[in-house]
Amino acid sequence: MIRHDYSRVDPKRRADINYKKRQFAKAEFQQQDYEHRLNYYVLPPTAEITLEEFETWAINRLKVLSELEACGFRNRSPEETAEYMTSILNKYLPLRSNSSRSQSLQEERKKDHYSHFILRLAFSATEDLRRRFSRLETMLFRLRFKDDDLLERRDFVSSLKLEWEEVGNAEKREFRDELAAAGGSKKGDEQEWFKVDWERVPELVEQRKVFLKRGKAYVPQREQMSLVVAEFTRRLDEALELTARALPRLDEDDRLAPILAHLSQSFTAPDAAYSSSDAEIDGLSAINANAIDSLTQNFPLCMRNLHMTLRANSHLKHYGRLQYTLFLKGIGLSLDECIVFWRRSFKLITDEKFQKEYRYNVRHSYGDVGGDANRRGRGYTPYSCQKLLTEALPGTGQAHGCPYRTLTQDSVEPLIAMLQRTGVADRDVLKTVKEDVAKKRYHVACNRVFEHAHKKEIKKVRDDGSWSATDLDTIVHPNTYFKRSWLLKHLGEGNAGVVGGDKMEE
Amino acid sequence: MPHSVTPGSTPAEDSSRTISQVEPVKSELDTQDAHMADAPSPADTPAEAQAEERMEKQAKVNLEDMFDGEDSDPEFPSSAPQPKSEAESSQPAPIRINPRSVFSDPEIMKAFYQRLFPFRYLFQWLNHSPSPTNDFAHREFAFTLPNDAYLRYQSFPTADLLRKQCLDQLPSRFEIGPVYSANPRDRKTLRKASSFRPLAKELVFDIDMTDYDDIRTCCTGASICHKCWAFITMAIKVLDVALREDFGFKHILWVYSGRRGAHAWVCDKRARELDDTKRRAIAGYLELLKGGDQGGKRVNVHRPLHPHLDRSLNILKEHFQASILHEQDPWTEEKSAHLLNLLPDPTLRAALQKKWDSSPSRPSASKWADIDSVAKSGALSKSSKDLLEAKQDIVLEYTYPRLDAEVSKKLNHLLKSPFVVHPGTGRVCVPIDTRIVEEFDPLGVPTVTQLLTEIDEWQGTEEDGKKVQDWEKTSLKPYIEFFKVFIAGLLKEEKSGLKREREEGTEAMEF
Ligand SMILES: [Zn+2]
Repeated sequence: MIRHDYSRVDPKRRADINYKKRQFAKAEFQQQDYEHRLNYYVLPPTAEITLEEFETWAINRLKVLSELEACGFRNRSPEETAEYMTSILNKYLPLRSNSSRSQSLQEERKKDHYSHFILRLAFSATEDLRRRFSRLETMLFRLRFKDDDLLERRDFVSSLKLEWEEVGNAEKREFRDELAAAGGSKKGDEQEWFKVDWERVPELVEQRKVFLKRGKAYVPQREQMSLVVAEFTRRLDEALELTARALPRLDEDDRLAPILAHLSQSFTAPDAAYSSSDAEIDGLSAINANAIDSLTQNFPLCMRNLHMTLRANSHLKHYGRLQYTLFLKGIGLSLDECIVFWRRSFKLITDEKFQKEYRYNVRHSYGDVGGDANRRGRGYTPYSCQKLLTEALPGTGQAHGCPYRTLTQDSVEPLIAMLQRTGVADRDVLKTVKEDVAKKRYHVACNRVFEHAHKKEIKKVRDDGSWSATDLDTIVHPNTYFKRSWLLKHLGEGNAGVVGGDKMEE
Repeated sequence: MPHSVTPGSTPAEDSSRTISQVEPVKSELDTQDAHMADAPSPADTPAEAQAEERMEKQAKVNLEDMFDGEDSDPEFPSSAPQPKSEAESSQPAPIRINPRSVFSDPEIMKAFYQRLFPFRYLFQWLNHSPSPTNDFAHREFAFTLPNDAYLRYQSFPTADLLRKQCLDQLPSRFEIGPVYSANPRDRKTLRKASSFRPLAKELVFDIDMTDYDDIRTCCTGASICHKCWAFITMAIKVLDVALREDFGFKHILWVYSGRRGAHAWVCDKRARELDDTKRRAIAGYLELLKGGDQGGKRVNVHRPLHPHLDRSLNILKEHFQASILHEQDPWTEEKSAHLLNLLPDPTLRAALQKKWDSSPSRPSASKWADIDSVAKSGALSKSSKDLLEAKQDIVLEYTYPRLDAEVSKKLNHLLKSPFVVHPGTGRVCVPIDTRIVEEFDPLGVPTVTQLLTEIDEWQGTEEDGKKVQDWEKTSLKPYIEFFKVFIAGLLKEEKSGLKREREEGTEAMEF
């Protein structure tokens, strides 16, 4: 019921890309043919793609990896993760089987292939990023391997030409008891085994799930996945090392460098560009300055923090004002109402001072003044979580940024006090939030608080199927937080069924 | 030339053959074997860092000060003859040992490093080749000095430089860490932190009697006797066969830790190159007992038993009767409660409880036998298969090796070198010959003072102008000879491995 329109490339850059696109348009290189759905990503891409594809595909894959990571952070079971990821994958990185006979098979596989290699470039720079990328790509591969068509999977595995030695009948007879005992299978089960160096299946060795003989592990057929996945990881790790060493020497295309840098930064917290559809909320009539106080109930903690500071001091410092103004613009507050809001909030200053020192900044944020570019782009875009999480920490008297980060620098107590003031009292939630922030997983903590505060509503929309998993994916933008919160708290108030995006302005 | 060594100066020669009496010196050192050094990190305290820096300065010795090898080894002749240094060519000054001397005396440690410690063989063992390689030069050593300062990231291009620093600093012991990608002494000058990383180290295991304290009845704390040494013997037997048969390793050196445990060094190239994930896999494969000694059931394995556990059980069953039931006698009096806890059958438990309450002093062997006889007499509500499995679990709980698994899981973990002196007992950390592992007597391992006395008392003559090395005059001789044979086997394989690699390399080049 909610349409997410993540047009992720901001308008300024898009103009640029269209220009490049023309240059890029003639793809002369050979197109690869993708026989299998699964890919070990051994061969790098050879054909050219547009700069826009380059960026969108990478961002889509990044979205998938971030969601996978979030599943891990929240201890979702493999089954829950698979279920949660289905719609995310369908939306951002669909990959259908040969039997689907879909027209877009090759196109999907190309996108999967290219996006993997783009992210490999972006994430090979540091050991930390490499390890994380490898872990998430392995999770993704395992997920896809599991739900692959059985026959197609067998073809894929045999195409890998992994050095597996089949265990012959003589040996099967000789070690019959050992093989049965190690594999946990019942006697008499007909089964196939293959032999590999034990180093290739460390997790099976660790759990004593294989029979070992002189350095060889006898792996039952059904443990094949473990082997294929381990081999995937091993090759990817090797390739990442090589890429890392090659990076400084790469004659980097100066058009790609900023995109790559931006992508790797997005790994801190996935970036989401603000989408205009976030401002178009079904059933929410035009917001005026008076409504803000009551709407703060639906605000994320970063904005509530700003609002409370504003109310307490009748003032907000520059960066906090900017962050809040853009957010308010994002939820649909008009420029005029926004000016009214600030004027009333700054109770202690004169009209003259307000006109001189503050009004212009608000107008600038809305693109009402400033250079051509600013006006054409309708001012700045509301800040994403990533932006809030990567900017400098606030100084004394400042309240901008993400409180999960800024209020936990010396001790977690200021954050906990803040959460309690906003009505989060559940001890389990507070405990897990503490764990999240200790691991610097700020956006995970925020999502956890969101889920807690909307537990009843989320259950309802899930149960009645009115919202899909992508409607409830991980929040990475304060405006998404607001929109989702507002909709959930106003379920069944006549807004259901109205698709956002075409609402007429009064 | 005789030294003035008084026979009575050797510690731990009392009739009871327990070595708890020689305990007082730095007992805490013993437990630090494995725990003090983990990931490579700069020295922990400023004082330590200063000391470290001092050492590094001292280590830049004049190459002409280097010693030649202690003896000429026909298998690994030095490529060029080097002038003998003063200390080696002339007889060392006599050591003054009086009845109050202890083995940590500087004079004694000095004589030990000068005359007994097999630096040359240690070098060959770690270098894997006759001429010096980075396998030795980039290897981390960590010294524990007499004042307990701990110096990490020491490294030495040659055996002689290691010997020189030992003589200068007289460490109470030293540990061996991994081979790094660069010289450990240069780690701070490297531009990128990532260019200093551990590459290889023997796969190591540490078995310590502390982990057996909840089932050991004969001794406590740092003391050991022949009865409890049986735990270590059992552990060695089980682990050694698993490492050989299951993992295919061939070059496994077992070393007495000097007091109450043993270390294993798996030296095969394939083992040395394992990353942490694979080391963890082996440790997990070999580890069985879960949880601390809170009294719960610590063995939980599914049936049928994995072949490794089945084989281990067969080895251990034989020892259980003698070493556990008779010698440890673990279920006397009220201690039988733990045995009852481990039995799954409530009816049987009640019947046994009743029987043992009336005669609490029944020996453990009888109580163990009671289980079957009472069960046969009808007091069994579950199947006899359940009971058999529970009894197997009990045998495993009381006999299966208890590993300090953390030591094995990390490539960059340090472990005490073979042949150093245990600072608490004065005993030398000698290799254990697994072919005759049951004959190994930890209480018969020579102490450093005893060895120095033996040099003095040596009556033999040097024939054909061949110099008899000091260690050959002592009871350290069989251990060092064992070590030499071990190294020869390792180097032989290393050499053929290299040859194979070269051949494969050329084949690949020739398309
Ligand atoms: Zn004892």
